[in-house]
Amino acid sequence: MGLIGPATSCDPRSTPPNRNKPHMLIHEQSRPGRRAAAQAPLYSAEVSDIPVSARRVAPLVLPEVSELQAVRHYTRLSQKNFSIDTHFYPLGSCTMKYNPRACNTLAMLPGFLARHPAAPDSHGQGLLACLFELQEMLKEVTGMHAVSLAPSAGAQGEFAGVAMIRAYHRARNDGARTEILVPDAAHGTNPASAVMCGFVAREIPTGPNGDVDIAALREAVGPQTAGIMLTNPSTVGVFDRNIQEIAGIVHAAGGLLYYDGANLNAILGKVRPGDMGFDVIHMNLHKTFSTPHGGGGPGAGPVGVSKRLEPFLPVPLVVQDGDDYRWVSEHERPQSIGRLTAFGGNMGILLRAYVYARMLGREGMKRVSEFSTLNANYLMARLKAAGFDAAYPQRRASHEFIITMKRETKELGVNAMDFAKRLLDYGFHAPTTYFPLLVPECLLIEPTETETKEELDDFVAALVAIREEARTNPELVKGAPHTMPVRRLDDVRAARQLDLAWRSTANCT
Amino acid sequence: MSVVHADLHYTKTHEWVKVHGDGTATVGITDHAQEALGDIVFVETPDVGRQVEAGDGCAVVESVKAASDIYAPLAGEVVEVNTALADTPELINESAYGDGWIFTLRIADAGAVDGLLDAAGYQAALDAEA
Repeated sequence: MGLIGPATSCDPRSTPPNRNKPHMLIHEQSRPGRRAAAQAPLYSAEVSDIPVSARRVAPLVLPEVSELQAVRHYTRLSQKNFSIDTHFYPLGSCTMKYNPRACNTLAMLPGFLARHPAAPDSHGQGLLACLFELQEMLKEVTGMHAVSLAPSAGAQGEFAGVAMIRAYHRARNDGARTEILVPDAAHGTNPASAVMCGFVAREIPTGPNGDVDIAALREAVGPQTAGIMLTNPSTVGVFDRNIQEIAGIVHAAGGLLYYDGANLNAILGKVRPGDMGFDVIHMNLHKTFSTPHGGGGPGAGPVGVSKRLEPFLPVPLVVQDGDDYRWVSEHERPQSIGRLTAFGGNMGILLRAYVYARMLGREGMKRVSEFSTLNANYLMARLKAAGFDAAYPQRRASHEFIITMKRETKELGVNAMDFAKRLLDYGFHAPTTYFPLLVPECLLIEPTETETKEELDDFVAALVAIREEARTNPELVKGAPHTMPVRRLDDVRAARQLDLAWRSTANCT
Repeated sequence: MSVVHADLHYTKTHEWVKVHGDGTATVGITDHAQEALGDIVFVETPDVGRQVEAGDGCAVVESVKAASDIYAPLAGEVVEVNTALADTPELINESAYGDGWIFTLRIADAGAVDGLLDAAGYQAALDAEA
């Protein structure tokens, strides 16, 4: 255990001592007339065809820095990152697994990179073949009838999924179905997607063992039920054992079942949402299929559907005609909910997921869920043995689990957020804190399949060490982090007094 | 240990209700609720004149941890809201039972007040949760 300890002052992320003030923004280094020739445009753009009224009057305030300053600034910023390439990142519900380099390399083959999105199908058969095969593989592994790769993010996939539920009921002239049921453990995006599609979200409680409260569900369904949105395993980290009964109840009431693919990593290749009775699913390729988690994008959130929802899939889709592949547009799918992007979706992300799926193969996909659940259960067992409280101690974890710091908060006055912040000093990204909301003082921990046992053991040792600090020197934990570029942020001030835009101050530039 | 006032009524969902003699009642969230939510950064109050049923979500309290619906404890019409919360939502943290009140209702059915928890009942509910 002596190996573990907080980062020291020579950590590259901390500010060098010989500087008056760290440059947070590249604008702060700007000096008039300084140039980076390599980044300057070769030609001035012709603007005579832009109406005078729409032309900029004053020059744009851009940072004026040298090439070296630009390189240093962004290199230093990148060194401040906590990322999967540098740290264990057990952020529950986010599936921060390793992104294999091969996926990047192959997605950036010149033939993919150089293809114009408006090029005819005949000039992109290789790309279309990859997309078609990805559709087929996602269909197969989820047990759905058809898949569209069009949605550009998980949230857009959710929107598309619920929009298809709406389109289905409308096509049957069933306007009475105005409600979407959402368990209280759901991701916040679920009720948001339902509301965005014009539905009312109705909450269903979770029982004490983490499963959906069946009696409450029976009471809630009726002719007003358009569908239910479920994540299984759910955000409390357990597999809902009553899923077939839930599917029966909702289907009998005339509603559809929506599967939020957030936790697909737990069941990949083992259980298929289509076999559980789901009618529509979205998949987060950046989670299960290991594409990069960008700062809000680009993403990909393909949707899969059962047979009765197929006509409503978003376009375009790729189909195979004999030996050729081609795009299918709204002309052939008049009932489609339409387009979500100008072209076919986020190609670079779809290609990375395709390469990942091909590298895994069917057997590999099973190993993903086997090792992700093994790692989660190992970590949960070690933490329980170390005296931490699992939120659902009687249940086996799926690919993630919750520990609650309720007792530590009460006895030591050190809460889940304090533990999370102190973990940063120990070189670990914090788990998800205070989500799901129904478990007090919770940490939602998802180790993923790509971590070693040694890394998991170090994480346990860190939590044990922090608990010891909480007993002997609680202020140390409550004041954490101590070694990061910034200390504990003032969440309240950040929320109440937003400061988002840089403005040039007089004489500064 | 969170504070529970003897002269108020309560709900299991942690709203408090102060019934006035004129058929109105003021609603806020309990000390326990503000403590569990943490620092509150935003409050959305209902529109004055809105008719609410008991159990309707009619206000939203957002803290650094979570956004939570506030439910109407009783049916009635919203007659006044605490406009100070728009700029100073921290009033709920500082004075959950006082300056941090959220809205006032004209109660539709005075008898419904009997269905709310009294201080002892709410304390028992808190003890059961702990």
